[in-house]
Amino acid sequence: MFRYIMRRIGLAIVSMFIIMTMLFVLVKMLPNPVPDGMGGQGRALVEMRRAWGYYDPIWTQYLIFLKRVFTEFNWGFCTTVGTFLQPVTEYLVSKVPFTVYINVFAEAISIPLGIFFGMMAAIFKNKWQDQVINVFIMIFISVPSFVYAFLLQYFVGFKLGLCPLVLKSGFDFFSWEMFHSAIMPILALSFGPIASYMRLIRAELSEVLTADYMLLARTKGLTRWQATFRHAFRNSIIPIVPHFLWGFIGILGGSILIERIFSVPGIGGVYITALNKKDYDVFMCLSMFWVVIGLFGGILADMSYGLIDPRIRMGGGKTNDY
Amino acid sequence: MITNENNMERIPAEKFEFVQLNDKIYDKKLETRPIGFFQDALIRFSQNRGSVICAIILLILLLYAIFGPMISNYSLDEKDGYYQYVLPKMSDKIDLGFWNGCTTKEYNQATYDYLTAIPGAVREDLGSRIGIVANREATLYKVKVDTYARRGFYELLLSTDQVEAARKYEQETGIQLFYPLIDRSQITCQPYSDDPNAWFKTNAKGVAERDANGQLIDIFLKDDGTTPYSYGDGYKYFKPTQGGNQYLARVLYSDWYYYTKGKTACFWFGADEYGYDIFTRLASGARLSFLISITSAIIDLIIGIIIGACEGYYGGWFDLLVERIKEIISEVPSIVFITLAQIYFARKMGGLFVFWVTLVVFGWMGISGTVRAQFYRFKGMEYVMASRTLGAKDRRLIFRHILPNASGFIITSTILSIPGVIFTESSMSFLGIVNLNSKHLTSVGAILANGQTTLTTYPHCLFFPAIFISILLVCFNIFGNGLRDAFNPALRGSN
Repeated sequence: MFRYIMRRIGLAIVSMFIIMTMLFVLVKMLPNPVPDGMGGQGRALVEMRRAWGYYDPIWTQYLIFLKRVFTEFNWGFCTTVGTFLQPVTEYLVSKVPFTVYINVFAEAISIPLGIFFGMMAAIFKNKWQDQVINVFIMIFISVPSFVYAFLLQYFVGFKLGLCPLVLKSGFDFFSWEMFHSAIMPILALSFGPIASYMRLIRAELSEVLTADYMLLARTKGLTRWQATFRHAFRNSIIPIVPHFLWGFIGILGGSILIERIFSVPGIGGVYITALNKKDYDVFMCLSMFWVVIGLFGGILADMSYGLIDPRIRMGGGKTNDY
Repeated sequence: MITNENNMERIPAEKFEFVQLNDKIYDKKLETRPIGFFQDALIRFSQNRGSVICAIILLILLLYAIFGPMISNYSLDEKDGYYQYVLPKMSDKIDLGFWNGCTTKEYNQATYDYLTAIPGAVREDLGSRIGIVANREATLYKVKVDTYARRGFYELLLSTDQVEAARKYEQETGIQLFYPLIDRSQITCQPYSDDPNAWFKTNAKGVAERDANGQLIDIFLKDDGTTPYSYGDGYKYFKPTQGGNQYLARVLYSDWYYYTKGKTACFWFGADEYGYDIFTRLASGARLSFLISITSAIIDLIIGIIIGACEGYYGGWFDLLVERIKEIISEVPSIVFITLAQIYFARKMGGLFVFWVTLVVFGWMGISGTVRAQFYRFKGMEYVMASRTLGAKDRRLIFRHILPNASGFIITSTILSIPGVIFTESSMSFLGIVNLNSKHLTSVGAILANGQTTLTTYPHCLFFPAIFISILLVCFNIFGNGLRDAFNPALRGSN
């Protein structure tokens, strides 16, 4: 197991370096002229950029970047996005709370609801309850999240006037007003995960319910509910836990679309702005943040299989030895 | 009592007889027709009612995308800013009570007066009530307003020839095109100072002054005998401008529209902020979505099969290399690549082509993964070894013996990749990363993005594209799932 994890981490670090190099070269090759008609300001900008090394060869710049990042974890400073010369990490950290705030609630809603309805569907398999749940699964999985966002905004927010149309500004995360204005983005974010959890639980649980040990449990005299909860549910949840974990890892990435629609000042919207305004440091920091989350989240999710279910051995050969 | 007939254990011997004693038995030719793999899949697919319905709906949507622009009254680049944001209307002749371009709202006195001054704008007067507006009591009028007629009058400059042609048309058909010009000096309400609809006398707040009969009092320019084309009612209809070459005239826009374009305005799905017909724009956006997704799925299929087959069949360093490349590409958030590609190449090669290429770059990996897994599964099987022993070449083994096993999986994953592409396209256009919106081109995502800005005031701009894309994606997924079940031999007989 240890050797397997080390190998995965090693491979992830190699991929990370390749992606980092690729992105750095690609983004630095973008033309970024000083806008015309800026006069003295333009000349000052050129001098500033010269001092920052913008006109050095890309490889020199890359080495400087690597040295800066790995010796002092300095990701540079904002130039065109956010406050001028504010450290990038500080700027991004100020954006993260909004994204996390909305996504944590969305995840907290979708896991119990997904489990509950998924179980219902599996227990009442092929009855009307299952049919209804299946229809909802199909709709929630297929319809894009921005469509729910519009529907919520129009009907709940505008027609019924129950919630504000966009997220309240400010940093008072624990006030009722903030939560009230966050309800709609939370809902729009949670429909998709609810449906996918429902589908997973339904598939797993309905398979487990037909297993032989369920028959044994019933023969021993357990009621149907006891057998389902004590025996089937626990086993069916094992393959799904990594998906919950993925959900929580995904929280940090945020959803660009939902953040755009509900004017959430989160991390998703920064990215497009950074690329369009050619703020290299913000772009690199944010991209690497996502890439690292993706790479190491994958390892974590894979590892969790082995931790939750001791019968599963990751990375073993044909004989399951390690 | 047990009779001899029903007692199976003691059937009398004379009841038995030989079917054949001296005949020879030969193998009979099967009387039923053999059922092939695809035929079997088709049979099982057609038993899945939900999937068949979805397939039919998809076909309808596809037909809408292909023929929509042809059956609509508008062309893709035809816009009329004067009709911006008008509501959906089915037809001029049929009024179902809904889908007729009308909206019911409450208005204050000034707006109510304004609307009654426009011919046809107030479709139905639904009474008034005393309400409270800004802490003051006011009469509120509930009216059903025709959003098409409410555009009302329009002032335009016409050349002498145009005026004469229009006058001739008026005399021939009896339809009045021109209306008297307004005396601007008599307008007391500031917001109405340039409004061609404000032809009546108001106070400073815009509330109309009425005569003894309750009629509006007009403030038309009086005819001073200097302009040609008099109607003989004492009002001035044309005002020479620009040294007498052109005339300022005031027309009722719906009649003028009919006169110039030969049709009455009727937008089935309403019009957007530029006055484009949403029905036509949406159909052509759908056409683009289908075109992008289907062509990129086909290219993905070809690349995916070739690379996946080589990976799976030959294995070794090629497999290792391609797997690492795939891992790296899939780790980079696709949005990064799409944005960078747009910034680099969009100006030179066109945003659409560049976007299509980026889709292919990400798309082939799914298919190649499926194909690779199938090759790993089948390449060690005995029948493949038998064929190789008989001297079959690699190419024959790959395409004749192994690939057909994967055909079901390949078809399903190709079909299921299409909604993903449509979703990517619409979200990228929505975010403004890919700009596919122009005079002659549009996409569903671009229409959605335009509609979102006026969500609360004109929801119809968003409603139709949102419904369209939702139905499309739901149907594609159900259809794809049905196809997957039909192609899965393990499920044969289970449903």
